[in-house]
Amino acid sequence: MEQQNIIGIDPRSLVPEAMKLKTEGYRLVQICATKAGEEYELTYSFGKEYEFLCLRYNVPNGGEITSISNIFAPAFLYENEIHDLFGIKVNLLTLDYKGNLYRLEHKTPFH
Amino acid sequence: MSMRSVVPFGPQHPVLPEPIHLDLVLEDEKVVEAVPSIGFVHRGLEKLVEKKDFNEYVYVAERICGICSFMHGMGYCEAVEHIMDIELPPRAKFLRTIWCEMSRIHSHLLWLGLLADAFGFESLFMQSWRLREKVLDMFEASTGGRVIFSVNKIGGQRKDVDNDMLHDFLRHFDEMEQELKTLSKTFLNDYAVCSRLKDVGFLTKEQAVELGAVGPFMRASGVALDNRKLGYAAYPEIEFEPITSNVGDCYARCDVRIREIFQSFDIIRQAVGKIPDGEVSVPVKGFPKGEHFMRVEQPRGEAIYYVKANGTKNLDRVRVRTPTFANLPGMLETLKGCQLADVPILILTIDPCISCTER
Amino acid sequence: MSKINFTKTAFHNLFHKPATRMYPQQPRVYPQRTRGHVSIDINTCIFCGMCMRKCPTGAISVDRAAKTWTIQRFGCIQCNCCVESCPKKCLEMLQQYPDPSSEKYTESFSQPVPPPKAEPVKPAQTESAGKEQA
Repeated sequence: MEQQNIIGIDPRSLVPEAMKLKTEGYRLVQICATKAGEEYELTYSFGKEYEFLCLRYNVPNGGEITSISNIFAPAFLYENEIHDLFGIKVNLLTLDYKGNLYRLEHKTPFH
Repeated sequence: MSMRSVVPFGPQHPVLPEPIHLDLVLEDEKVVEAVPSIGFVHRGLEKLVEKKDFNEYVYVAERICGICSFMHGMGYCEAVEHIMDIELPPRAKFLRTIWCEMSRIHSHLLWLGLLADAFGFESLFMQSWRLREKVLDMFEASTGGRVIFSVNKIGGQRKDVDNDMLHDFLRHFDEMEQELKTLSKTFLNDYAVCSRLKDVGFLTKEQAVELGAVGPFMRASGVALDNRKLGYAAYPEIEFEPITSNVGDCYARCDVRIREIFQSFDIIRQAVGKIPDGEVSVPVKGFPKGEHFMRVEQPRGEAIYYVKANGTKNLDRVRVRTPTFANLPGMLETLKGCQLADVPILILTIDPCISCTER
Repeated sequence: MSKINFTKTAFHNLFHKPATRMYPQQPRVYPQRTRGHVSIDINTCIFCGMCMRKCPTGAISVDRAAKTWTIQRFGCIQCNCCVESCPKKCLEMLQQYPDPSSEKYTESFSQPVPPPKAEPVKPAQTESAGKEQA
C-alpha cells in the first residue's frame, strides 16, 4: 500500500515550497485544517501521477496564513473554506469571499 | 458595444436538483466570469465526528451523498482500517469491489439521464433511468437498501452475498449491457445530442492538471489517472485500464462515462469469477490512533478521506475532499467564453454533487 | 451521425409492457433483505437495553422498570444494528416501510408489569442483569 509522506515545514517556507512543487509538475489535491489543541494544523496535499505528498505546519489560534492561490489556482476554494469553517484569516487570496463561500446562518466558531 | 450584466444561476434551477449558486458575468450572451458560492446544504458532518463513536460514524459517512453512499462509507472504513492495521478477508474485498462498480454503473446511468434531461431529450432520460432502476433493485436484493446500503463496517462487510445471487446479477448485467449498447448509440451518434455536446466546453490536458480536475472530467481531457490503480479493495487483482479521451469537450465526457459503464460490467464479471469463499468480516478490537489519507475513485472522481484518531472512541478529525469540490475550478474555467444557453450542460458534465461538496 | 437511432427503442416501447407498475393497485414485492422497519416481539424481550446503546441515532429507548420499549419511527435509520445486537433475538427487521405521517411519532411496546408478589420473576431479572454485564 502507498506511503504517506507528510513533511513538516516552517510557515514562512510554504510559498517557496509550493513554488518548487509547482515547477516539478505537482497538482494541488487538497488543503485541510485540523484543530490540534490550541493550534490549527494545516495540511497541504499535492499529487503527481499516483504520488502523494503533504506539507504541514501549525498556526496558533487567531493566526494568519498566506495564500498559495497565486501558485495553485484551485487553492482559493480550499482557503476560503478554511476561513469560513475554521476562522483562520488568509492573506493574498486571488478571490476573497470574505466569509461568503459557505452561505451559512451561523458563522464560525461552531462550538 | 457589448453590455455587461450579472445573471444569478441557482440555487434553484430546473437542470440541477441540487443547490449551487453561480454569479455569471455576461457580455451580451457570452459568459466572461463565473463565481460560485455554496453552503445551502452544509450539515457539518465533519464536525459531527467529535460527537460520534468511530464505528457509528460509518452511517454518517454514508449519508454525505445519496449516489456515492457506498463509496463514502467504504472510503471512511478503509481509512480507519489502515490506521488500525486491519487486513480484510479476501471475500470482503471482492464484495466491496462489486458494490463499488455497481455504484459506478448506477451513478453514470443517473448522470446520462440527467444529461438527456438537460438538453431536453425526455425519453432518453427515462430510458437511462429505467436501466438504472435495475441496479437499484439489485442493490436492494443484496444489501437491503436502495440508496443507503449500510453494509460497510470497520473490519469488513455486514452482509454476505451468496454466489447464486452474484451469478444472477451477472445475467442481469448481460441484459443491461445489450440495452445500454442500443442506448449509447443515441448518446454518441444522434444528431440532436451531438449538436449540443460537441465542441462545447473545452478543457485542455494542461488546464485539467493545473486546475486539479479529477475523475471522468479529467480523463476526458487525456489524463490517464484512476485511483482504483492505487490498489484498495480487490482492484489489484482486477485487470483494467483507465479510460481516456483526448478531445476534452462535453461529448468526450459523455463518451468516457459510457465506456466506464461497460468497463464496470467487465470488472464485475472478473470479480465474480475470482471471488473466494470465506468470512466477510474480522473482529475489531481497541481504538484507532494515528492518521491516514485514503484516496478512492468515486464515480465522479478522486475522493479523499483524511482520518485523524487519538486513541479514544471519538475521532479528532474526518475530512472528506469530494470530487465535485476539486472539479469546481475546472468547471469555472470551461464556463469562461461559453454561451449562456450552454451553461447548464457545462455544469452538468462535471457531474456535480453539491451535498458531497458541502458535507 | 444519424437521425433515427432512437426509433428502435421507441418502437420497442410502443409494443411492450410498461416498465413501471400501477403502484397502489399492484403492491410492491420487496426482496427478502429489504430493511423496512424494526418490529419487536415484546414478550421475549428482557429489557437489557443493548439495542438502545447500539443505536447510532438514539432512536430506541428502553425503560427497564416500566418494561417498555420505545422507538422513534422517524429517528430510526434502518441500519439493522439493534437486530444484530439483540441477545434474545426478539427484534426483527420487516420489509414494510413505516407509514408516512405528518408528524414524527414514537411507538411504544410494553410488557404487562407482573404483580409485586410474583416471586419467580425476580431471579429471571437478576439473571438478565448478570448477562448484560458479562
